[in-house]
Amino acid sequence: METLLNDFSPGLFAVQTVLLLLFIFLMVKFAWKPILGSLNEREEGIQGALDAAEKAKREMANLQADNERLLQEARLEREAMLKEARELKSKMIADAEAEAQSQANKMIAQAQEAITNEKKAAMAELKSHVAGLSLDIAEKVVRNELSNKDKQLQLVEDMLAEATLN
Amino acid sequence: MYNLIGAGLIVIGAGFGLGQIGGKAMEGIARQPEAAGKIQTAMIIIAALLEGLAFGALILGR
Amino acid sequence: MKIVQQSFKCLALAILMFLPTSIFANNATQDGGQINTKEKVDAYIQHHIKDSHDFTFFSYTNDAGERKHVGFALPVIIWSSEGLVTFMSSEFHHNDDGTVVVEKDGLKFVKSHSKIYELEAGAKTVAFDEEHHVTNGKRLLDFSITKSVFGILLISALLFFWFFRLAKQYKKRQIPTGFGRILEPLVIYVRDEIAKPNIGDKHYRRFTGYLLTVFFFIWFLNLAGLTPLGFNVTGQLAVTACLALFTLVIYAVSGNKDFWQHILWMPGVPYLIRPVLAVIELVGTFVIKPFSLLIRLFANISAGHVIVMSLIAIMFVLKDSLGVAGATGLSFMLAVLIMFIEILVAFLQAYIFTMLSALFIGMAVAEHDHEHEHTASGLEIPDEEDIRGDFV
Repeated sequence: METLLNDFSPGLFAVQTVLLLLFIFLMVKFAWKPILGSLNEREEGIQGALDAAEKAKREMANLQADNERLLQEARLEREAMLKEARELKSKMIADAEAEAQSQANKMIAQAQEAITNEKKAAMAELKSHVAGLSLDIAEKVVRNELSNKDKQLQLVEDMLAEATLN
Repeated sequence: MYNLIGAGLIVIGAGFGLGQIGGKAMEGIARQPEAAGKIQTAMIIIAALLEGLAFGALILGR
Repeated sequence: MKIVQQSFKCLALAILMFLPTSIFANNATQDGGQINTKEKVDAYIQHHIKDSHDFTFFSYTNDAGERKHVGFALPVIIWSSEGLVTFMSSEFHHNDDGTVVVEKDGLKFVKSHSKIYELEAGAKTVAFDEEHHVTNGKRLLDFSITKSVFGILLISALLFFWFFRLAKQYKKRQIPTGFGRILEPLVIYVRDEIAKPNIGDKHYRRFTGYLLTVFFFIWFLNLAGLTPLGFNVTGQLAVTACLALFTLVIYAVSGNKDFWQHILWMPGVPYLIRPVLAVIELVGTFVIKPFSLLIRLFANISAGHVIVMSLIAIMFVLKDSLGVAGATGLSFMLAVLIMFIEILVAFLQAYIFTMLSALFIGMAVAEHDHEHEHTASGLEIPDEEDIRGDFV
């Protein structure tokens, strides 16, 4: 202890105190402040970048979900549209078919009517024609028959013969 | 002469204490390896304090 | 371009180192100043451990048997009875046993065991008592630029240069280059592993500057002590005492109400015991804590220097019994081994000093944001962070 106290130099202590004070002041002012400031800034920057990345990721996910939803909606819409179109198509076909059917039916009916009318007309004409012809033939036959008296008499004879008055 | 014997005793005591600190720290680390860093820091601090005590006594007794 | 710049720097440094170098002759030692006995080794080590007034790189004995010292003189600044006196240390001619008397302003100065004495009026030469203490002179306040002060200036300048450059690099492009890449993780280490956990997130910013300064200051001075330059700055009691005093002042000044209350009038303790505990706490806070800080650093570094030099001295002391090769080999092996340990100790002591400073500061500024819980008998249930105090 004595040697220790003997070796203790108050002058060195004083010099060291002054130098250390100066050194701490200089280091804090010119070195540690800017260094720690920059380190903090950098760490905050890194933290900020990480946060931003996280945020971007979340936004991306949101966007993706949005897209998915939109896509889903579009798909549904498309399906609905397709369904509608299909329905429309079948309806149109059915309508067309029905109309065609009715048209055809109508035409057939008209045709049948026309045919019937024609037939009737033809029949009537035929009848009148046949009647005329029959009259003509009958006239001719009668005329022919009546011109030959013998024959007539013969015939009457034949017929009388046949018609036995029993 | 006596102060030299005293110094020797101090060194024996400090050595024993350091052994205890180191041994117990090892046990602690073996039991909880995940706390190794904290245990080491605490160990170094306690060892330093013991060492300071031992040195102080040695120098005062010299 | 960069290489040229670097080489210029190296060259400038080399010139700066050797420009004031001169060779002094000293005839005081009759046997050529060779050191090969146990007693001389002991004396040499004792001399090295102390501060020195001149800077000697190495000494040798020339053919004429004169002892030559290669190095340079440093200014001596002393507060004598007539006021401030300055002269160069070369005037003592490397004499350290008081035989060379320097006369300045009518006053006579001698240097004995690295301490400068002013001789009493009328005394021609120095006189010693049996224990080799100077009897006819008084010790002076010595503000000299001694070897230690030179070391402090050198290391401070070096550190300032490095960190100033690092700061400038940050300003320019945010990322350090070169040596700054080594320094940056160390800065972050001190901040995140020493300052933050021990002081707390809220207050650590105020003290980080001091802790960083002290950490690098002690570490690099410790390392400088291991170089052949032979600084023993952190092994000077005055230097470590100053460092410990700074820590003491910082934690005493920044201590909050809780801290003082727990020292002087602690809650939850029976009233009769409080004054006794207060005395113990006061002694612990103002004497034991700084004393343990200063003694630990001083003793570790001094012991390291003594051990390394003793192991090197094996070369000379055991030359006769082991032979030249044996003694040299043994000494070399042991010295290398202990040197590695000393490099570790250099870091460890800086770390421990900074760590304990941070711990003491942390205890002083710790905030107890909740009232302590007390048991029915009035005893305090310590909360978790208070346990740290039990170690000290």
